[in-house]
Amino acid sequence: MSARQQRRVVVTGVGVVAPGGVGREPFWTQLQEGRTATRRLSNCPPEGFRSQVAAEVDLPADVVATRPDGAVLDRATVFAMVAAREAWDDAAPASHYAAERLGVCLGSAVGATTSLERVYRDMSHEGELWNVVADAPPELYDYFVPSSIAAEVAELVGADGPVSVISTGCTSGIDAVGQAADLIRSGVLDAVVSGATEAPISEITVACFDSIRATSTDNETPERASRPFDATRGGFVLGEGAAVFVLEELTHALDRGATVYAEVVGYGSRCNAHHMTGLRADGAELAEAVTAALDQAQVTAPEIDYVNAHGSGTKQNDLHETAALLRSLGERAREVPISSIKSMVGHSLGAIGSIEIAACLLVLRDGVVPPTANLTTPDPDLPLDYVPNTSRAVAARTVLTTGSGFGGFQSAMVLRTLEVAR
Amino acid sequence: MIREPAAITGIGIVSPIGNDREAHWIAQQKGVHGIAAVERFDASSYASTLAGEVRDLDPAPALGGRLMSSTDWMTQMSLVAAAEAVADSGIAERHEPGRCGVFTASTAGGYEFGQRELQNLWSRGPKYVSAYQSYAWFYAVNTGQISIRHGFKGHSGVVVADAAGALDALASSAAHLHHGNAAMVSGAVDGTLCPWGWVAHVAGGGTTSASDPETAYLPFDPRASGAVVGEGGAHLVLERAADATGRAYALLVGHASGFVRSSQDPTTVLRRVVEAALADADVRPDRIDLVLADGAGTVAADADEAAVLRSVFGPRRVPVTVPKAAVGRLQAGGAALDVAVAALALRDGLTPPTVHSQVDPAHGIDLVTEPRAGSLNSVLVVARGRGGFVSAVVLTSPHHHPEGA
Repeated sequence: MSARQQRRVVVTGVGVVAPGGVGREPFWTQLQEGRTATRRLSNCPPEGFRSQVAAEVDLPADVVATRPDGAVLDRATVFAMVAAREAWDDAAPASHYAAERLGVCLGSAVGATTSLERVYRDMSHEGELWNVVADAPPELYDYFVPSSIAAEVAELVGADGPVSVISTGCTSGIDAVGQAADLIRSGVLDAVVSGATEAPISEITVACFDSIRATSTDNETPERASRPFDATRGGFVLGEGAAVFVLEELTHALDRGATVYAEVVGYGSRCNAHHMTGLRADGAELAEAVTAALDQAQVTAPEIDYVNAHGSGTKQNDLHETAALLRSLGERAREVPISSIKSMVGHSLGAIGSIEIAACLLVLRDGVVPPTANLTTPDPDLPLDYVPNTSRAVAARTVLTTGSGFGGFQSAMVLRTLEVAR
Repeated sequence: MIREPAAITGIGIVSPIGNDREAHWIAQQKGVHGIAAVERFDASSYASTLAGEVRDLDPAPALGGRLMSSTDWMTQMSLVAAAEAVADSGIAERHEPGRCGVFTASTAGGYEFGQRELQNLWSRGPKYVSAYQSYAWFYAVNTGQISIRHGFKGHSGVVVADAAGALDALASSAAHLHHGNAAMVSGAVDGTLCPWGWVAHVAGGGTTSASDPETAYLPFDPRASGAVVGEGGAHLVLERAADATGRAYALLVGHASGFVRSSQDPTTVLRRVVEAALADADVRPDRIDLVLADGAGTVAADADEAAVLRSVFGPRRVPVTVPKAAVGRLQAGGAALDVAVAALALRDGLTPPTVHSQVDPAHGIDLVTEPRAGSLNSVLVVARGRGGFVSAVVLTSPHHHPEGA
């Protein structure tokens, strides 16, 4: 198949649930203003934990968190539903797509852990019983197997095509969109509701990151706790949220007069085969993922106008990612604006890759690059332009987003303002 | 969708009836079953008390102490099966590891590890939570650990689509061969035999309360009372068919999947998915020699599946078998094991039986209940997950030359 005949994939709807802003536009305003949403942990009692900061979502009171049959939906599912509804309304495809040509592909790293823990406490009598009591709520199974999240969204939008969750740890939010784009390109589907969701903030997850000292302990100054690329960075801040998109095959989108945010032009992913949590400083595999994404996009490094970095706020990541960008983008890495929105919205594990894609789409729409907040002490080992503290006007047409996660996953995606040959 | 046929060149199995490929396959042909009262924990207070447990497997010598302490039992089983599949295929010698990827399905992650750490947290406090908890439970663990163990750095992934996910993982693996990976480790190994997993299975419904292992899980039998939960699964190595001449067990030639919304008749979607998989494979229904059915083991779900098979294959009473009747339902691991068994059936021209079941004649299918010899060219595998997930794949013999395509 020649490039001319290839099916192309565009984003026509965006929905966001993020710390500090529920809804696409509040989220975007917050990013442009460089406001941080990290705060003292409140989804669970912070006492007794090493890290007591988090980036939490304040859901509007009118959000429905139960199914019509009364089942209590997990918080990650609720986020996905809210974001999916916003994206669906934004794209407004109405009944353009037959149900079997519409699919759902959502990312999540830890699924319904929070609900599992809540039910576990009850059924184990607060950890006393190994043989938990027999009387479980019927929705326990939905928490147990997180493909239930995608199933709820499929019910919402009326999808009968392939429905799945992609769960590749902290790159899930890129990988789900990459997978969805491939389903459209290959002709399996014409439209996919894709994105990612995560609501991991409960005791077990806070404790497990405590135990590997990965999260920030800036408990006295939570609003400054996430400091990617800053010499004083001290770990990531656990976050939550969701971003969901409507992806459509280009000719369908144009035929129905849809407004296009951008085209998904390139995606690449690699494993580092090194360590479940560790990264090698040379960034070789992330660089390969970036190169694969550029190759698929048929884009060269000088064309990249903005990089949305993984920028989790650990020293290991800062070095790894900077090395990977230098390896893959060459001299362009030293000039291109690079920022990490995790400085503001924290690290929502499987969701953040999609939340960062949402930011990229809005960069392309408005020509503004969000800053890396809390970047006040430059690190002499990090020579790139990390857009400290203040957003910047950049007439971006082609942007790159990167992700890196537990399990060794390294992913990258290239998005570009739509150009249609007429 | 399978754009180019993918060859299955390596198979690794860990199951309740065999801890390697040939042991499982021999037991499967003999009609051995591995269903018994749960031994892993005391299940006597729960509504279901039978399981298909993996027995007499000691992964410690192969994996070493550090991996044993940092992984759940299901990951240990997965690493054993993956190592067998990789060795079987010879890909480590044949391809650059940087161009090999891993794409598995998961359903519940390392759940027993999770229960233990939840217990440590709530009975003793946060400082007692394992440093490995952050990656021993999550769904990506098997792919990550297989990648590290074998040095595979190519494009990899993890899909969760309940029990149907393993077929989707195979299709994604085939796509990554198309996009440049030289080989993929795929499939799934699952295991949730701990009290906290058990109550979730029971809550989901569809598990039997029967206590006789011989009559507990009876797919397509009018006495069907639900399924038995099991553990284990299979990993498969896929390579491009053109690179695997003379080495393939079978070719993966078609895939489709779909979702049954709660308002829908499940047979509508299941039929569409089966027909789409056949069309993708370019194999006419009359060329299918055998169906490895999902066989949920409930009267209603089995009736739906049989109705779809009748409507797709017509009155000829297509041969159907449910090998998982011998081991229980292994979540995503079950569909992966079905594909492995289908590949071995194609290799040897042997159809393994559905143990214990006496088919309801109203189903209009030829349920194979005794081992049956006879060359096979094309096999359909169907997987249905709880909550509406449906997938199907078509495998063909590597020696088969499609006719009339």
